[in-house]
Amino acid sequence: MTIHPKPLIACRECDLLLREIPLLPGGTACCRCCGAALYRNSPDSLDRTLALVLAATVLFIIANVYPIMGIEIQGTRNATNLYGAVHALWDQEMRSISFLVFMTTILLPAIELSMMIYILLPIRLRLLPVGIPLILRILQSIKPWGMVEVFMLGVLVSLVKLTDSSSIIPGVALWSFGGLTLMLAAVASSFNPRDVWEHLEIGIGEEVFK
Amino acid sequence: MRRTGVSAGGLGLCSCQACGLVSRPEDSIGSARCPRCDARIHIRKPDSVRRCWALLIAAYILYLPANLLTIMETGSLISYRKDTIMSGVVHLWKSGSWAIAAIVFIASIMVPLFKLIALTILLVSVQRRSTWWPTQRAKLYRMVELVGRWSMLDIYVVTILAALVQIRSLATVKAGGGAIAFGTVVVLTMFAAQEFDPRLIWDPLRKESDV
Repeated sequence: MTIHPKPLIACRECDLLLREIPLLPGGTACCRCCGAALYRNSPDSLDRTLALVLAATVLFIIANVYPIMGIEIQGTRNATNLYGAVHALWDQEMRSISFLVFMTTILLPAIELSMMIYILLPIRLRLLPVGIPLILRILQSIKPWGMVEVFMLGVLVSLVKLTDSSSIIPGVALWSFGGLTLMLAAVASSFNPRDVWEHLEIGIGEEVFK
Repeated sequence: MRRTGVSAGGLGLCSCQACGLVSRPEDSIGSARCPRCDARIHIRKPDSVRRCWALLIAAYILYLPANLLTIMETGSLISYRKDTIMSGVVHLWKSGSWAIAAIVFIASIMVPLFKLIALTILLVSVQRRSTWWPTQRAKLYRMVELVGRWSMLDIYVVTILAALVQIRSLATVKAGGGAIAFGTVVVLTMFAAQEFDPRLIWDPLRKESDV
């Protein structure tokens, strides 16, 4: 068998076998059969993602600690933060829904952010954290289930629904959720797991392959 | 006919769905693992069509209670109303919030229905080994994956309102049983979309061009 300098890749969506080609910075390779994006060349993607992830983490903590918004009806006030909302549903015997909201807006985004820091911070410090393959796999499988941006839209719809009947006091978390939504979108578009794999292969060479 | 090329699976090669490495599975089918990231690898997702059908049929069944049962109960001093998803949209529309009514209508009614129909089309066409419009079907699948999460919108709205509007005797909001059915439909269709293997769309075309 001849050894080719460029590795073989297969399209994730149509399984077309292709040979990798070098890309200009900022370029994206697309499958010539089905048009799916194959890989990107994004210089400094790991550093940029780390910066965005750290910013997102700060916003995530603020968004979870402070109240999202409060309402006032005839002098009586009530405010809630995200965990308070999950807790209220749990008390109303809506446990499955409460669990679903807890997972998609609190637990999975928290896991995602901490795992990204666990991978990216040591790489930045030229260290190799253990268990990267497992963590990348977990990250990939939980990615569709973090729904902060959908929650943000839910908050806006609730705001509109409430304006008729009560006066609304926007909370600190409302603004941080807005910022968090933007940060997470930026993280998703700049994080490139391929770069982590390349880094690993340069770092420990054959060890990954046993 | 358009050139579709050679698939990795056709040559007995397997690409890892987790890290993308192409390798030749050495172990017996079903227990092979990726040499780079140790994820289980399969040439095609195992039992993709059957699992997807099972999840999809369950979603179809729950789609009825999700739309017919009450999703939210609103009570105040002067009024008490029970809303299903559709009546909530109508109420929003009548009260003048057209933009929000349209957003909720798209996210809660159009998107779930679109997902159910699109996955049915994909499954039937794959089972019939259809060579009909593969690029369009691939795009359809991408769209199903992209829009699926947005139908959680109503669940979040109910969560926030039920937590916030708890002012004794003046105004209360409670989540209804429809919310459970609706949330389950969203989760089931998301799992169904994950189980579906888009590579099956292209296999019949390659088999034809191999001959």
